[in-house]
Amino acid sequence: MHFTRGSIRAFASVISARLKPNLMEVAGALMVALLAATAIGAPYLAPYDPAAAVANSFGDPAPPSRAFPLGTDELGRDVLSRLIWGARISLEVGLAAMAVTLAIGVIVGLLAGFFGGLTDFVLMRLTDIMLSFPTLLLAMAFVTVLHPSLLTILLVIGLVSWTGVARVVRAETLSLAQRDFVTAARSLGAGPARLIAIHILPNVMPLIVVMAVLGTSSTLLLDAGLSFLGLGVPPPTPSWGRMIEEATTYFRTAPWLAVFPGLAIFSAVLGFNLLGYGYLRRTAPRRSL
Amino acid sequence: MFRFLLRRIVVGLGVLLGVSLITFLIAFVVPADPAVAMAGAKADPQTLAIIREQLGLNQPLYIQYARYLRRALHGDLGRSYIRRENVTALILERFPATAILALSAMALALMLGLLMGGLAAAWRDRALDHALFVLSLGFVSMPVFWIGTLLLIVAASYLKLFPLGGFGSWSALVLPTITLGLGLAGYYSRILHTNLGEAMGQDYIRTARGKGLSPRGALIRHALPNALAPLLTLAGLDLAGLLSGVVLTETVFDWPGIGRLAFEAVFNLDIPLIMGTVLFGAVIVIAANIVVDALYAWLDPRIRLGDLG
Repeated sequence: MHFTRGSIRAFASVISARLKPNLMEVAGALMVALLAATAIGAPYLAPYDPAAAVANSFGDPAPPSRAFPLGTDELGRDVLSRLIWGARISLEVGLAAMAVTLAIGVIVGLLAGFFGGLTDFVLMRLTDIMLSFPTLLLAMAFVTVLHPSLLTILLVIGLVSWTGVARVVRAETLSLAQRDFVTAARSLGAGPARLIAIHILPNVMPLIVVMAVLGTSSTLLLDAGLSFLGLGVPPPTPSWGRMIEEATTYFRTAPWLAVFPGLAIFSAVLGFNLLGYGYLRRTAPRRSL
Repeated sequence: MFRFLLRRIVVGLGVLLGVSLITFLIAFVVPADPAVAMAGAKADPQTLAIIREQLGLNQPLYIQYARYLRRALHGDLGRSYIRRENVTALILERFPATAILALSAMALALMLGLLMGGLAAAWRDRALDHALFVLSLGFVSMPVFWIGTLLLIVAASYLKLFPLGGFGSWSALVLPTITLGLGLAGYYSRILHTNLGEAMGQDYIRTARGKGLSPRGALIRHALPNALAPLLTLAGLDLAGLLSGVVLTETVFDWPGIGRLAFEAVFNLDIPLIMGTVLFGAVIVIAANIVVDALYAWLDPRIRLGDLG
């Protein structure tokens, strides 16, 4: 076998098209990196203690100034410092909740798709049942009964969000399980655990990574919504959703209190969406996730 | 058709049974002590004893569940602990407000989504396509309660065109509709774009193009009808989701719907009321699933005759 210059060039262009990210993915990756850097560097980046009354304008929110670039809230706390620390808690909850979502969804999907029959029937009816619930209402009910805490929030978000992942993984597993390489491995004596772990899971992995990126944008939004309703991580931990909720009282006199935390949530969610959907659009334009 | 429908209804009832089991578990089994959860931590032992007796909490779980199920089947979802009223009545009273908002937001979302997705598909891979794609991602990335608050700040305080909340006039509907509709519009725009892309790769498009139809002509005359059907299915199910209460939008605008009711219930730790709204929402979604499936089967014989159903 020999390569001509043309065939090498064609091969290289296919590979680079596959690897070369588009502008959306680059922008999304930068936004996610910025969020991560803010979350990790919070103690060094935040100019003030996020929970302390640092301005003497107690009882009255103060507009942005040189000392407080994004203003202070009704308790005299620095909005910028609260936003920076809020990045840390948002990302923690978003990523951990996404991990719970994936853990449940991937296991249910693999088992249902691989074993089929009764296992598939039972797991898919369970998925149907969970899909029938209004997501936010169900999450609200869970959190109310269990009382809000960091662990409760991320478990609940995972519990109400796994159905989409389960369906996609099941469909993918179903088609992979019928492929020749799986049949070959099976005829060589590989058991179900080995078939799933070594032959099927690695092939579902790229899809799982995409769903992890997109799933984080949903868990971030759900967490922000719960916080806005007063069901998020309890105070004094600063949370973007609760900052907006507290700001609604002052929307006439101190609109900046609502604008900045919202921009923070928006850019975090948009970053993950641009990264995930940008990638999908380039590599699989007809796949709807 | 009748057999198809019957089978879907039986499956729906099975799902409903599972849903009721889960709501029962959340209300009565997950809390360490349901009586304390319902009466509050400060309740005296006597009150707790009465509540336990009333709810039958001293009986085995399967008997409790059977009682819960029998009452739910009679439309009795219990009594609100704060308002001392029948939960079903409270929910039905709030339903019209939610329905008006849900329908108007869905209308906006479909119109805007069709426009954006259609334009993007007609100029596929051009600058307009990419711009609309980013715009649609922007719409789905905005937290609804933030859009709502921003609209309140801008439109109501500075322009003074729309009321700041409440219910009862057409102008009060405008801001909540935009708040709720934008995210869905972004979502539908992306789905339609994907569906149109897939439809344009089909053989019937090649045939139509071979007979001399322009690409845009083929897009509108042949691809659009085929791409629209799955989108409308999705919209039907989403509408059912909205009808079960739009908590965030209703909370921002003080809209007196089911979502606002659920928020108040959470605020007051009114567990029967919260569970009532959850169960009510699930019933609507299950019913909508059956209706949408039936419509699909009626429109497309392949589904009701084949094994797809």
